[in-house]
Amino acid sequence: MVSQIVFVIVVALVAFFLYSNVSSAMRQRGLVAGFDFLNRESGFEIGEGLIPYTSSDTYGRALLVGLLNTLLVSVVGIFFATILGVITGVARLSSNWLVNRIAAVYIEIFRNTPLLVQLVFIYFGVFVKLPPVRDTLEFAGAFYANQRGVFIPRPVPSSGFNSWLGFIAAGVIAAGVLWVILSRNPKTRVTLYPLIAPVVAVIVLPALGWLLAGQAPLGLEFPERGKFNFTGGLALSPEFSALTLGLVIYTAAFIAEVVRGGLQAVKRGQIEAAHALGLNEIQILQLVVFPQAMRVIVPPLTSQYLNLVKNSSLAIAIGYPDLFNVGATTMNQTGQPVPVIILVMAIYLSISLFTSLLMNIYNTRVQILEK
Amino acid sequence: MATSVDTLGPPSTSVGVIGWLRKNLFSSWFNSILTIICLVLIYSVVSPLLIWAFTSARWTVITENLRLFMTGPYPPDQVWRVWLVLVIVSAMFGISASVFGGTIRTFGTWLAAGYLLLALLPFGGDGRVWLLANLAILVAGFLAGTRLQKWRAWVVAAWLVSFFATLVLLQGFSGSTVLPEIGTNQWGGLLLTFMLAVVSIVLSFPLGILLALGRRSHLPAIKIFSILYIELVRGVPLVTILFMTQIMLPLFLPQGMRVDNVVRAMAAFTLFTAAYMAENVRGGLQAIPGGQIEAAQALGLNNALVTLFIVLPQALRMVIPAIVSLFISLFKDTTLATIVALLELLGVGRSVLAQPEFLGLQTEVYVFIAAIFFVFSYAMSFASYRLEAALGVGKR
Repeated sequence: MVSQIVFVIVVALVAFFLYSNVSSAMRQRGLVAGFDFLNRESGFEIGEGLIPYTSSDTYGRALLVGLLNTLLVSVVGIFFATILGVITGVARLSSNWLVNRIAAVYIEIFRNTPLLVQLVFIYFGVFVKLPPVRDTLEFAGAFYANQRGVFIPRPVPSSGFNSWLGFIAAGVIAAGVLWVILSRNPKTRVTLYPLIAPVVAVIVLPALGWLLAGQAPLGLEFPERGKFNFTGGLALSPEFSALTLGLVIYTAAFIAEVVRGGLQAVKRGQIEAAHALGLNEIQILQLVVFPQAMRVIVPPLTSQYLNLVKNSSLAIAIGYPDLFNVGATTMNQTGQPVPVIILVMAIYLSISLFTSLLMNIYNTRVQILEK
Repeated sequence: MATSVDTLGPPSTSVGVIGWLRKNLFSSWFNSILTIICLVLIYSVVSPLLIWAFTSARWTVITENLRLFMTGPYPPDQVWRVWLVLVIVSAMFGISASVFGGTIRTFGTWLAAGYLLLALLPFGGDGRVWLLANLAILVAGFLAGTRLQKWRAWVVAAWLVSFFATLVLLQGFSGSTVLPEIGTNQWGGLLLTFMLAVVSIVLSFPLGILLALGRRSHLPAIKIFSILYIELVRGVPLVTILFMTQIMLPLFLPQGMRVDNVVRAMAAFTLFTAAYMAENVRGGLQAIPGGQIEAAQALGLNNALVTLFIVLPQALRMVIPAIVSLFISLFKDTTLATIVALLELLGVGRSVLAQPEFLGLQTEVYVFIAAIFFVFSYAMSFASYRLEAALGVGKR
């Protein structure tokens, strides 16, 4: 008890000492605390964002633009990193020696070099060095890359889009219902139906809707070469492309190791026993390997996702306006670094805690399968 | 006597090179397609890379700036101090290699091979002499170490002493003629990268142990403080902590006290790493069976003694591989110091690229930097893997 009181007093004294130092230093340098600056006009431009923003908007809105950019990069990055990571992780276990080695070399190279070096290499070494607009690189007549960025086709909804959405919703609902019914029923749950039937439902219903619509509900708008640059399509800035690409390649190498570890954690005997019971390969994967591997994979996968979100703050090195980059500009402009950095850290902390909360909920659900 | 029967050997298609190819590359039509795709992929990636590396790449940007890459703005006439530090490290590695054996011995062998290789490479200057001196010291240390088998604890202590000796040697004293003071602001290049990583890992070690013990403490105040610290630091990006120390550390300190940028960065890396260190150590603490503690208590040891002599030695031994992994990621993370304008390896690279005569050579410079990081990280992760096997982590 005594030691606790002493500890609390010491912490309080240190905190007070630091606080008094900070407040006197801040007063001396004319810095003010508080978040009033959020409502003031920012006066700086931001290269890109998901919501409209001009330099006459407030600092608060500027930071919101940054936050949305961070979230965008994180979501896109996590999506592609998971796909690439799972493919690489499975390839790492391939019985084909060459596939196995290529995956291993990829993993070792990207895990053992710093992300920041990879990012500056991808941005300054590749994207900045892309040819000017008149010498644009073209891939398959639909994808273009030049100094101004990467241009890809953009899906455009037509008049029949809303009713088609209804068909998609119906497909998803049917798939969910089928899955629940088939996987609960002791007769059908050990067959392939719980896996195949929902997939069929999800594909067939929207396809039916597409055919019934007459006019295609979703068109593709291709980028077109204009006088000075491309118009139409989806334009991705070099900064966004480089940051996303770097984060995906780097994180996928770590996810691959997580996936490999999870798959290897399923004991050989389990698979042999399943074979002995007469299950086929897909059943073994679905009923034996997958549930057990997920239990091992989910916790480290969560921390990889969180790492990706946190690593997106390296955007400042290549000039993508993410939360931290906008925050740093705000610090310089307002001359109030202390509240800005506290705000930025608090936002990152909230994202981290929220993500780990979600993943913990999922993790508990996966873990319940154990028994 | 049994008549010799002509035993049929295995079919020629299942042994030797052909057998290996069949088994590993062409076992099914699917695998055959994969193999062909992979061969095309390898060819299309590797051949342009090799052609570039040996014909069009201008590696002079590296050779002409080699001193900058290694030591940054460290005064050229004082670079011998950096070499001397390397000599100390070599000697310690040599001694440790024979005293501890195992993974460190393998590591020492690779280090010797590395020195020899670098000495054979066509770099000018007196670097070759120093490299060979390092090689000689390494071997001498190894031979001396064979007589020091009983002095293991002293060797560990010597590592700690050499750490501080290194700092003093690099920093020097103000007013001294032999060792003029060289502030941390003049440290740079690979030297700074290593110093940032090593100083931070050494300082975060005691902090991390304290936090880990605090997190398992029964005293709520200490426990809550530890949990808050660990989760707070682990929830934010490193670069925000770097910015915070750059901007706020001067505000936190009493007036008149100034700290260099490098020291601020070291503080950030230390505070950051301590949280991760704490979680690693906690993992080790949790792995200690309760019986150990109960047995120690039955022998009459009090709580502090149990922790100090029973729990910690076993727990720390168990987390050595995890600490090596932590050091690797810290080593890579030191590149973030570039963002707060320090001239570590990546920072030097960017400042070299800003010189007009080296414009547009990003590929050469970044490939070189990545290669340096790769060599050290890969060697360390290999060592960590070996250590894990040697210590039998997870198998007890």
